[in-house]
Amino acid sequence: MLKTLRKIAIVGLVSEPAPQSDPLLRIRSALDEQIRTVLGRALCIRHVDAGSCNGCELEIHAINNPLYNLEGLGIRFVASPRHADLLLVTGPVAANMETALRRVYDATPDPKLVVAIGDCGCSGGIFGEGPPSCGKVSNVIPVDVAVPGCPPSPARILAGILTAIASSHGATTSE
Amino acid sequence: MPAKNWWARAHEVPGAPRARGLAVTREEWTRAAEDVAAAGGRLISLWATRGADNPSSAAIYAAYWIESGLLLIELAMTPEAADERYPGVETLFPSASRMQRAASDLYGVRSTDPDRRPWLHHERAGYDFVRVEGEGVHEIAVGPVHAGTIEPGHFRFSVVGEKVLRLEERFGYAHKGIERRFTELPILEGHRLAARVSGDSAVAFSWAYCQALEGMAGCLVPYRAIWLRALCLELERLANHLGDLGALGNDAGFAFALTQFSRVKEELLREIERAFGQRYLLDAIVPGGTRLDLSAHAAGALANRITWVMGEVAELRVIFDDHSGLRDRFTGAGILSPPLATRLGVLGLAARASGQPLDARVDLPCEPYNELPPVKVVRTEGDVAARVAARFDEVADSCRLVRSMLAGLPAGAHAAAVRAPESGAFGVGFIEGWRGPVFVALEAGPGGSVRRCHPHDPSWQNWPAIEHAILGNIVPDFPLINKSFNLSYSGADL
Repeated sequence: MLKTLRKIAIVGLVSEPAPQSDPLLRIRSALDEQIRTVLGRALCIRHVDAGSCNGCELEIHAINNPLYNLEGLGIRFVASPRHADLLLVTGPVAANMETALRRVYDATPDPKLVVAIGDCGCSGGIFGEGPPSCGKVSNVIPVDVAVPGCPPSPARILAGILTAIASSHGATTSE
Repeated sequence: MPAKNWWARAHEVPGAPRARGLAVTREEWTRAAEDVAAAGGRLISLWATRGADNPSSAAIYAAYWIESGLLLIELAMTPEAADERYPGVETLFPSASRMQRAASDLYGVRSTDPDRRPWLHHERAGYDFVRVEGEGVHEIAVGPVHAGTIEPGHFRFSVVGEKVLRLEERFGYAHKGIERRFTELPILEGHRLAARVSGDSAVAFSWAYCQALEGMAGCLVPYRAIWLRALCLELERLANHLGDLGALGNDAGFAFALTQFSRVKEELLREIERAFGQRYLLDAIVPGGTRLDLSAHAAGALANRITWVMGEVAELRVIFDDHSGLRDRFTGAGILSPPLATRLGVLGLAARASGQPLDARVDLPCEPYNELPPVKVVRTEGDVAARVAARFDEVADSCRLVRSMLAGLPAGAHAAAVRAPESGAFGVGFIEGWRGPVFVALEAGPGGSVRRCHPHDPSWQNWPAIEHAILGNIVPDFPLINKSFNLSYSGADL
């Protein structure tokens, strides 16, 4: 116990400032700006792997580490789409996941946001589109923000999430 | 006939060290499987082909790991016999069942396996899970969308109270047509797709792909490039093991572990990015060598970072070992006994934690592992605690290897030119990734194309073991037990 407490004290706070939102990542603005502002103060995220290679998942895990400290921004992951404001979707959307993804989207209460993560989520990536793969996430559900990269860095994923809840002028609502 | 007689009859296959192949008749297919099983050999992979130009000609392949090396058995089917059922090997190698079902889904090459449910194809509505009946028995269905940041898959628990009577897995949700996609890419580009079969094992898969390709093309990979590849493979092992150790502590209710290990992992990833331009090495391995060289400056910084990681992990290990709550959750949870691990043909880290002394880096070493032998980490308890301890031991050994590699990195080029192999050339790759050995079978098509590529993740072998390891445990321990194996969904869904 003493060793644990000592370690916590020695390591101290290692969190870094959050990245800026990036208006270039936004592909649509369906939600009223005021609603986005409200969501931004206590955002709940549900992650859905719709057929990814697991590379993007590793970097999504990283935004919870103490350096990126997602929860420090008031944003957290929740265990059910019914509790979520934002869906973080990795792809390509496998045909075998198409129904599940639609159901998750329908189960998420309005108003809701969708952020597609990774080259595959944005365009189908190296897997492309074919009978077993529906390709990009927006082929299946509406997408607000798309973050390319293979995988995108945790800072870019975080910027994508902040963009989704930022005002149209690009400034984030978390001061 | 002992397994080594099949080996003596087989011809050499390029790529992985000590690989041989043999075309057999229907009767020999079964006898070879029996002889390999009797000799204690392992099924590494089973896959099918069906000619694109001649759809009526088909073949089924099995790759076995025997004492002499990798033995590949091919059963070609004449056009008349292509629609007949070939003899399944699932009674000898239980893990073959899902591979045979996948081969049936993807290529229509069907076995005599009595389990004829589709595996990767989900078009047919409904799926016949095995029902457990009795007073108070009920089912819990989980997935494909899980509560955490995890890949998609379905688990069907039959429980009484909180005790698990049976678990049945159903996968294929991440199936995205990887094998067909390979045939649409030039053979010199396929390593990029191989790296994305399972993104957490990018180095292992892309190296295995390149090993097969370079063997077929007769390309001599520079000595420095081979060392750099091994360096990347050990860094991939370190990053994944560090992530798992934190997640395992967290799943046992010790959030401190996740915070500390994810901090150590993050600092390692940043150092890897400074050295190789990427946090995860999805594009580090290219045909002929590596994409980038390592500067002396970056090598020095990486060595210092590894020394730091060793110190942090040693300190955290003491905290883990002293923590009675962790010991209580880890010890005796999710036991996979050594005899069961042998019977199921389990591979990789999970196998070594259940008394199976198998590590391709030691047993079938490719360069540079013959010069830098890893320590084979074997434990016999087979529980979550053993898989945690095996990770700690492997982290320490990988750190040692990385430091030796950085200190002794040979001079020279980091890549050589590769020409596309001739049409019809066939090769295999076999690399011990962090999870276990990954296998790639590659056949060249005309004009620098891929006729057939089969990537195989050890998760095929290890997933069925979780169905056994969970028995008698309570449902709330499933996330911890599952995490202690940390298997790939995408890698086995193809």
